[in-house]
Amino acid sequence: MYTEKVMDHFKNPRNVGEIENASGVGTVGNAKCGDIMQIFLDIDENEIIRDVKFKTFGCGAAVATSSMATEMIKGKSVNEALKITNAAVVEALEGLPPQKIHCSVLAEEAVKAAIEDYMKKKAEAGAKGATD
Amino acid sequence: MRNVYLDNAATTMVRQEVIDAMIPAFSTYYGNPSSLHEYAREAAKLVDDARADVAAIIGAKPEEIVFTAGGSESDNMALRGAVAANKKKGKHVITTAIEHHAVLYTLQAMEREGIAELTILPVDEFGLVTAKQVAEAIREDTVLVSIMFANNEVGTIEPIAEIGKICRDKGVLFHTDAVQATGHVPIDVVGMNIDLLSISAHKFHGPKGVGVLYIRKGVRIPSLIIGGGQERKRRAGTENVPGIVGLAAALKLANEHMQENAVRVGALRDKLMKGIAERIPDVKLNGHPTKRLPNNVNYSIRYIEGESILLMLDLNGIAASSGSACTSGSLDPSHVLLAMGLPHEIAHGSLRLTLSEFTTEEEIDYVLDLLPQIVQRLRDMSPLYPKKK
Repeated sequence: MYTEKVMDHFKNPRNVGEIENASGVGTVGNAKCGDIMQIFLDIDENEIIRDVKFKTFGCGAAVATSSMATEMIKGKSVNEALKITNAAVVEALEGLPPQKIHCSVLAEEAVKAAIEDYMKKKAEAGAKGATD
Repeated sequence: MRNVYLDNAATTMVRQEVIDAMIPAFSTYYGNPSSLHEYAREAAKLVDDARADVAAIIGAKPEEIVFTAGGSESDNMALRGAVAANKKKGKHVITTAIEHHAVLYTLQAMEREGIAELTILPVDEFGLVTAKQVAEAIREDTVLVSIMFANNEVGTIEPIAEIGKICRDKGVLFHTDAVQATGHVPIDVVGMNIDLLSISAHKFHGPKGVGVLYIRKGVRIPSLIIGGGQERKRRAGTENVPGIVGLAAALKLANEHMQENAVRVGALRDKLMKGIAERIPDVKLNGHPTKRLPNNVNYSIRYIEGESILLMLDLNGIAASSGSACTSGSLDPSHVLLAMGLPHEIAHGSLRLTLSEFTTEEEIDYVLDLLPQIVQRLRDMSPLYPKKK
């Protein structure tokens, strides 16, 4: 059912864990549907993703897409990371069963949510700086 | 790596004695039982003998046994047949929320077609329905009650004799899907007042693609499969002679060893249930603690998802099953677990381990050794798992 690449990422997921005081955190999905993905970003002053970690509750495809997505954005700029689509994640995994495509959508959404969180924090910090 | 098969509620290994019994029906007695020659007579005798054996084991008469292509066909035939034959009385059918899809989806399709009106009884937290619930749901226009003997996911055994008595007293036909129960727990169609009963051979070490519908004498069930006059005109199609022989051989063996298996397999099941509860925190037993099939273990393991557990077990040679959405092909987890009141996220994390008489204690020890490690690994990856302080 799963490609070797998917099984590899399921068996040996990359970047599992959390980042304390992360620059941005994105959580998507819900337990009702059986998938929750959480992505933690550490972004430096040049807007490069220095480190990324994930935690996932879900099936094999959910774990593999999270793992692959973190691998694809690590070391990239925020703008580059925003361009990563679910289709690119699926392609990198050499395919997913049709009923599992939604997992790759979640992975894309988790990355975007984490970046949005980072942008929000940055804007807030900027606004705070301006009034101080 | 070991290979441990704990998915016997899905299907079982065909036992060697059964294969040996079937071989002559392929290569020696291969005549069509309906033909008029020696080959045919030999094949017909095999079918007759099998029919007599099956009938004796469930307390029926041979002419009350119809061979089908499996449990789903038996269920379809019983439900559609009973409703069609009783149109004058009404179209109300009573069933439960935890039936196998072969029953539930068939009845729901019939409701959409306008030929049936359903009452779906809820179950309690253990998956039990009561005879009282059935009695209260029966109406003037109720033509059929269909309630499974034992549940395929959680193993809960329903009060079939009590329900049968109520139905008989009220003059309503009673069908039970006994696919998981047959060969594992005693069945007596007379004492339990059962009118229609579905059996599938591959759940008790017989071959796939063959089953039985028991139809009590006097109950009219029209053919589902139209064609030749086989099975006393109740099921067209050349008999699956090797399959029928295999079904009967497997059922005879299962019946002969039923008591000792229930004790031995039951003890292994208890060891597995107890071991999981002791070694893994935050688990919940699904199904009734005692009124359950001797081979069924079903736990919800919190904070993780069923398919991931299955993949990890499979990587270690253990075959199991889950009620998670990912194994059902939809976004919803098992309808059985939801009907028992489990929240979605806990239903997604269910693990079913079903034993057989071929399961060994060593295999159970292997699972008990490995499962806690797998669970911890997945929990460490889960955003739902509370962090240790």
